[in-house]
Amino acid sequence: MNHAPTSGTHHSSFITHPLLQAHDVHFAYEGTKREVVRGASLEIQKGKLVALIGANGSGKSTLVRLLAGIRQAQRGTITLEGQSFDVIDARTRAARLGYVPQTTNTVFPFTALEVVLTGRSPYTNRFRFENRRDIEIAHDALRAVEAAHLAARSVTELSGGERQLVYLARALAQQASLLLLDEPAAALDLKHRAGLMRHLRRVRDERGLAALVVMHDLSLLDPTFDEILGMRDGRIIARGTPSEVLRDATLAEIFDDAGVRARRFDNRTFVWSEAG
Amino acid sequence: MLSRRSVRVRVWLLVLFLIAAFLISLWSGYQTLDLRLLAGDEATRTLLFTLRLPRVLMGAIVGASLALVGAALQALFRNPLAEPLTLGVSGGAGLGASLAFALGLGATIGGLPLIFIFAFVGAGLSVLLVYRLARTGTRQVAPGALLLAGVVINIIAASGVVLIQYLADYTRALQILRWTIGSLDIIGFGLLWRMLVFLVPGWLVLLYLARDLHLLAIDEETAASLGVDVRRTERFVYFAASLIVGTCVATGGTIGFVGLVVPHGVRLMFGEDVRRLLPLSMIAGAGFLMLADSIARTAFGTSELPVGAITALAGGPVFLWLLRRGQRYAEM
Repeated sequence: MNHAPTSGTHHSSFITHPLLQAHDVHFAYEGTKREVVRGASLEIQKGKLVALIGANGSGKSTLVRLLAGIRQAQRGTITLEGQSFDVIDARTRAARLGYVPQTTNTVFPFTALEVVLTGRSPYTNRFRFENRRDIEIAHDALRAVEAAHLAARSVTELSGGERQLVYLARALAQQASLLLLDEPAAALDLKHRAGLMRHLRRVRDERGLAALVVMHDLSLLDPTFDEILGMRDGRIIARGTPSEVLRDATLAEIFDDAGVRARRFDNRTFVWSEAG
Repeated sequence: MLSRRSVRVRVWLLVLFLIAAFLISLWSGYQTLDLRLLAGDEATRTLLFTLRLPRVLMGAIVGASLALVGAALQALFRNPLAEPLTLGVSGGAGLGASLAFALGLGATIGGLPLIFIFAFVGAGLSVLLVYRLARTGTRQVAPGALLLAGVVINIIAASGVVLIQYLADYTRALQILRWTIGSLDIIGFGLLWRMLVFLVPGWLVLLYLARDLHLLAIDEETAASLGVDVRRTERFVYFAASLIVGTCVATGGTIGFVGLVVPHGVRLMFGEDVRRLLPLSMIAGAGFLMLADSIARTAFGTSELPVGAITALAGGPVFLWLLRRGQRYAEM
């Protein structure tokens, strides 16, 4: 990327960096030669909801892990507000980026509140417990996703949908400016999917958060997301507003499937495949 | 979650338990201690200060160590059944220590640290091996495979110990046999100091990592996203666990299930927070092993039971109970 001149702060304050930017990122899992992410580039602006779509195995989840700092890209650069991941320390990064995994395998019966409170760890000393303010922030985060009633329940006893909300609340308690969500809707039924979209819109509108969300249910995209990125074979091959990307030809290319159909109806775009 | 007040009350209860266990353990034995004689009688003083007290303190530090390692391994592997024995770490340490005995490195007091080092290497190799065997392509550790690998390492290590005993000369074989039975029997404080040189660094590493382990116990990927260096934490926990278990096994033999029973007892009292679990498991583990050793010393009158038998009798059922409850602990 182009580095802004760092000499005059007056000068650089006019240049607004994207919140998160990836440029020509490559990654292969250890012990394998095949690159799962092969030159992916993207930008996420402040306060935008961005969906990441693509076929299974196209590298979406891996790309999100790279952006969350869980894995390190082997080539390419990722920058957070213009600062490279290489120079940001892990806790500063964690204070800006909240990650919500696709599934979690918590085996110990931690309470939902305990899980949400871990979102405060980038702000607290390693030998201190969370203070009253942290606990307030955690309760507030649970309320924001309408899950305040789950605070004292143990996460191992929650349904998949409830647990997803708890992990979303944890990311909110992190007070990050960007959420990275890996297929949050996968385990949810219709009602909870709609609820999740509502929560995402609300945190964008009320808290000014941006989010990159891996989505498989393409019919959920249209009224909620500001932008859609299409991924195929480890690269971002399409980007645009829902009405630009959700078209037969573009989707056919992203999914390598000539049978994909997208139709607008009732102010939404519905997507399905006629393949097979 | 518990309120701060009720946590404090329970911590004091735990400390009271520790003090009670210490006094009971000090008092009980082949010859019960008569405190009235302590002032005048030289023999009673000797009994207390060169035999009883070192042994009681040995029980306390070994118990604290094993419980701490158990709690840390459970968090690291997200596996409630993990502990030094079930993961094969004790077995590996035992094999290393036997090898040191057979080579004659245990014959002298001055040679004792070499046993520590052999046991440490044995423990370290087995924890790495178990981890390698159990991990799948994506670096996720399958809980069932982890325990199976641990059991197999234990069997292989036990065979190794038998083989070494068979090949070693008579006196050394006898030495190994006596040691495998396991006992906290020591004379004087010299060995305790030597052990602490190895144990304290291990304790400090694990306690320092308490928060990272807390985050890891909940979920590995989110822990990484919160800034935990997962690889580094793993390496340090392996190192510290091997150091601690190696030292404990080299001196006291294999004492199983302390690392299982104690952390789960502490969980029942204090909940899941690993930052509390680690230090409190040390307190509870010290009390637990001192009590178990008192039973070992007194249950059968003049003859003494190996303390490992007592902890296994207490721990085996707890393991099975956890295994059964494991249906709830996701797929084992």
